[in-house]
Amino acid sequence: MAAAAPDGFAVTITINGEPRSLTIPPSTTLLDLLRERLDLTGAKKGCDQGQCGACTVLVNGRRVNSCLQLAVMNDGAEVTTIEGLGQPGSLHPLQEAFVAHDAFQCGYCTPGQICSAVGMMSEGHAKTEPEIRELMSGNLCRCGAYSNIVDAIEDVMGSAAVREAAE
Amino acid sequence: MSNIHPYVGRANTRVDGPLKVSGLAKYSAEFGAEDLAYAAAVPSAVAKGRITALDVSAALAAPGVIEVLSHKNRIDFPEDDEPFKNDMVAVPGSPFRPFRDDKIHYAGQAIALVVADTHENARYAATLVKATYDVETPNVDVATSANYYDPPEKRDGIPPPPDPRGDAKGAFDRAPIKVESDYRVVAEHHNPMELQATTVIWEGDGRLLVHNKTQGVVNPKNYICSVFGLDEDKVRFFSPYVGGAFGMALRPHYDVFLAVMASLKLERSVRLVLTRAQMFTMGWRPDCLQTLSLGAETSGKLTSITHHAIQATSMFEDYQEPIVNWSGLLYDCDNVSLKYELGKVDTSTPSDMRAPGATTGVFALECAMDELSYAAGVDPIELRLLNYSDHDQNDDKPFSSKELKAAYEQGAERFGWSKRSFEPRSMKEGHELIGYGMATGCWEAMTMPHKARATLTADGKLEVACATADIGTGTYTILAQIGADALGVDIAEVTSKVGDTSLPMAPVEGGSWAAASAGSAVKLACEALKEELLKHARGLDNSPLANASLDLVTFSNGRIALKADLAKAVSVADVLKSAGVEKLDGEAGYAPDEEFTKKYAGYTHGACFVEVRVDEELGVIRLVRIVSAIAAGKILNPLTARSQILGGVVMGCGMALHEETKWDKTLGRVMNANLGEYHVPAHADIPEVDVIFVDEEDGSNPLGIKGLGEIGIVGAAAAVANAVFHATGKRVRELPITIDKLL
Amino acid sequence: MMNFSYTRAETIADAVAAVAGDPDARFIAGGTNLVDLMKYDVMKPGRLVDITRLPLREIEATDGGGLKIGALVPNSDLAYDQRIQRDYPLLSSAILAGASAQLRNAATTGGNLIQRTRCYYFYDVATPCNKREPGSGCSAKTGVNRIHAILGTSDACIATHPSDMCVALAALEAVVHVEGPDGQRTIAFADFHRLPGDEPQYDNTLAHGEMVTAVELPAPRFGQNHTYLKLRDRLSYAFALVSVAAAIEMDGDVIGETRVALGGVAHKPWRVPEAEALLKGKFATRELFGEVADRLLQGAKGFGDNDFKIELARRAVVRALTQAAAGAPQVQSNKIVN
Repeated sequence: MAAAAPDGFAVTITINGEPRSLTIPPSTTLLDLLRERLDLTGAKKGCDQGQCGACTVLVNGRRVNSCLQLAVMNDGAEVTTIEGLGQPGSLHPLQEAFVAHDAFQCGYCTPGQICSAVGMMSEGHAKTEPEIRELMSGNLCRCGAYSNIVDAIEDVMGSAAVREAAE
Repeated sequence: MSNIHPYVGRANTRVDGPLKVSGLAKYSAEFGAEDLAYAAAVPSAVAKGRITALDVSAALAAPGVIEVLSHKNRIDFPEDDEPFKNDMVAVPGSPFRPFRDDKIHYAGQAIALVVADTHENARYAATLVKATYDVETPNVDVATSANYYDPPEKRDGIPPPPDPRGDAKGAFDRAPIKVESDYRVVAEHHNPMELQATTVIWEGDGRLLVHNKTQGVVNPKNYICSVFGLDEDKVRFFSPYVGGAFGMALRPHYDVFLAVMASLKLERSVRLVLTRAQMFTMGWRPDCLQTLSLGAETSGKLTSITHHAIQATSMFEDYQEPIVNWSGLLYDCDNVSLKYELGKVDTSTPSDMRAPGATTGVFALECAMDELSYAAGVDPIELRLLNYSDHDQNDDKPFSSKELKAAYEQGAERFGWSKRSFEPRSMKEGHELIGYGMATGCWEAMTMPHKARATLTADGKLEVACATADIGTGTYTILAQIGADALGVDIAEVTSKVGDTSLPMAPVEGGSWAAASAGSAVKLACEALKEELLKHARGLDNSPLANASLDLVTFSNGRIALKADLAKAVSVADVLKSAGVEKLDGEAGYAPDEEFTKKYAGYTHGACFVEVRVDEELGVIRLVRIVSAIAAGKILNPLTARSQILGGVVMGCGMALHEETKWDKTLGRVMNANLGEYHVPAHADIPEVDVIFVDEEDGSNPLGIKGLGEIGIVGAAAAVANAVFHATGKRVRELPITIDKLL
Repeated sequence: MMNFSYTRAETIADAVAAVAGDPDARFIAGGTNLVDLMKYDVMKPGRLVDITRLPLREIEATDGGGLKIGALVPNSDLAYDQRIQRDYPLLSSAILAGASAQLRNAATTGGNLIQRTRCYYFYDVATPCNKREPGSGCSAKTGVNRIHAILGTSDACIATHPSDMCVALAALEAVVHVEGPDGQRTIAFADFHRLPGDEPQYDNTLAHGEMVTAVELPAPRFGQNHTYLKLRDRLSYAFALVSVAAAIEMDGDVIGETRVALGGVAHKPWRVPEAEALLKGKFATRELFGEVADRLLQGAKGFGDNDFKIELARRAVVRALTQAAAGAPQVQSNKIVN
């Protein structure tokens, strides 16, 4: 059995395609690792309790609350954060759609919303608007941009469906 | 490229959008430094009393801990209140000072600050600080406050209720139709998504660069310099992005105070991010008890309005948001009596939260109007038209503009109000009762003095700058639009700067005044810049503009040309080159037109229409459709403007159906101080919201705009409550309307 | 969060030995509840044993025609598993009614069973709470208790178990497989969680060092005659005020076996077999469903804020049985209660 003293555990986590080898204390969450150690502040801390969704990132392609993930437990994982989805000039279609639909105001829940929507689309269980609303409900938006967020997601899902039909 | 103009009035996507969607926009907890230390605040376990012993030894001995600060070893700060009132949003009373002494004023009050090398070590060590207390019994319920009183000192800039007019009691007694009800709007917390946070960068030589979640960097800077006696030239606040605030970040909170204190004491950089639970230990929308009495003729014409509100405040400050005022001006009525009192509770001081006062008071008024509509047998819209007022009777002034009738009309049309059957419980489908409800909203259209700067560089790039904030409101974007139009450049060539005390002065962003004020200041600064450019252009050798004045030229695409003959033009680059400068600035200040405000009352108005479906047996409420029709002057950007209204409406829905801060009355603690149990609306709760902006001309500022941050919420909760009544026949007068209240 | 040591287990035996040998040790898998509790100092394990690498991620057919679900199967995988959706739609629906998509992706089958209460006082370390600190008192009884229990409470504790999934598992009469220092055993679902009594610190009947390894479902029998009806303070992403898992065996118009379990009302999913038996051999009527509800709620007692739950639960049971009898289960993304 592998074990570690409280002060450090060596892990390698691939973040946005780049393997990062680090020694971290077991109490470090994936969110704090990203924000405080790796300067990837796109994942946001809104509650630190899994109750708002602002910290949502993709771990091995699945959306999770990074605030509730101990980083050590993600040794060997592939993590995609909002920074890895796209950058200005080469935005992911969902990032573009969020801008086009004004699907945010303060922008603080936005990276989590977008990562969550990317995760939701790859899960493939949301086909209708009520299903989108239900399956995005783990991402709170206090600015109240919900209907714009749903429009942005539908926009991209629509284009994806169109592309699939064309292929 | 003149066809791209004007930007103002067009749906431009947010200029800060690409940064926000890619995670590159930096919020206050996201700035780093080589020597950064992490702080964690230790909350008081009791709500009232005194710390008798504070044992920090275990915390100090914990790994990575650098210092533990408390009232015992804090740095000196002034004893008197005045330096702490260097806060544009201070209220009468004695401002709270963290670590002042051993006194506990409310549960969760910061009693110590642990500073450590990492976030994890600080958080852990904070749990090791052991306090013992002399505990007193707290009262956290305004309904059981010792006494109610008219605040002796009035809050600066907030008008107290007007004197009574006519004889409200006599008219009520004589009225053939009466409604009289008690309402309660419970305590709410703003809960912006971003945690309250401060990062202080120690730059050496006493220089501080402070990133603080705030609705206006100038305010916390003034406060911090005042309370710690710092040289203003050595302190800069820079908060370019703010993760929502809704009034919460108007006043400086204990995060900035403690982080700066720790930084000064340790002479190093410090970050303090509060927890979500600690977000419940500062400003909140106060709990309020209201009684509203309406007297009317049989036609529904109001003859009497009496509105009495008792609002919670802390033991040490008289926070005021005169909840009753809007009842004196929304409808035409000659007999009005408004009374506003405070009751003290053992909590932190309440604070402005989105449309403070109006949200609470108009809820009661608009529910009462709905009750009157049934009592008089008059359609709710008809009733409001019957009592329509073109005149602010509180101040005895006409409104500068008021297209509320158009809002009623267009909102009703879009909503399909005519399909509503008048009787409650008369519409049903399956298990669900259907309800249509509506309510009116209004909010002050204010402006405040702002300064701005516009800078043009030889490459044709324009920068517009003002120390105001963009808390999600779209300030960056509308300032860029205004600048682009003024100088005739593509918006891609414009950079907006806000949230920095090195920029021209602005007050806090609140009260829906920022767009009109900062926007006007930017417009004026651009005019000053154009004057400056033209002055230099006129001086060029053989200038084709030699005799031109500003009204005779046009600025477009990096050129200044005669309107009469566009071929006669000079390039901005040539102007700068001949002036021998890299760039030219224009600076200007905007101040409210006092003559205008003396003559006219400025208000935004709205009409909110809601359809709910309520499971008759189970009390499950679904919002199905919402239409919000808004009259708010000229709309700078329909895209971002719509989002502001959406946000207000959604928060109003939360107020109506979900939100309630719950204190344990014995312990005096907030028991649902988290987003799992303090419910704000989620995706599944919110339907499509249709926003209408009706045309409205207003002359109160150079842009003809009024501001949109608050109006969306005012009346929204009443519209929901009225729809629930229409569906179920149950009048719920205490928010939120939860399942149990409909069983 | 306390500093703790971290161990990554490679085998079940290793994991069990590591926890059994250290009174301060806990298993961790999805972590969605435990990490939260540790951050806020509610739970302070000195050692975490990471079991996520153990081979407990399969859903296998059993000889009895049922399914055996590995303890590490994530809630979302379980909910969307085709066999579960086809044969145990009640379980799928209950899982999808709980938490959020992100949490369901991380949370595991075993972890869902051993998640702890959402009692406000349990989470606030500054308040007395017998579950968190035995003997300190129960603040909820006279405090804020909107979300608290109405059935099976004790003087010591009125907390509820917050799971949705477990309510369905109770109705389906699942069996919990555990492995501990003394070997393997199985626990009937009804015996897995316990009532608080005077030892509310124990949520369930696991001994220290015992690990849930699997949850076994008996052969399917209810077809489409089931429902999971959850009522809460917002339409998604909130714990149940009251929830009902109902499943009915229909023989034409006549009722065979019935199972009804309530969530949000007790320290464990609440079942009363005598109430279920009232329906056997009868035609489905609203009146009869009302009798079942009354029997289920016999002895229910409110504490102030939560008094309404008694009537709400009664109505919810009637509606849920109506849905189940009609073969019209509630769809979780549809907020119209059918």
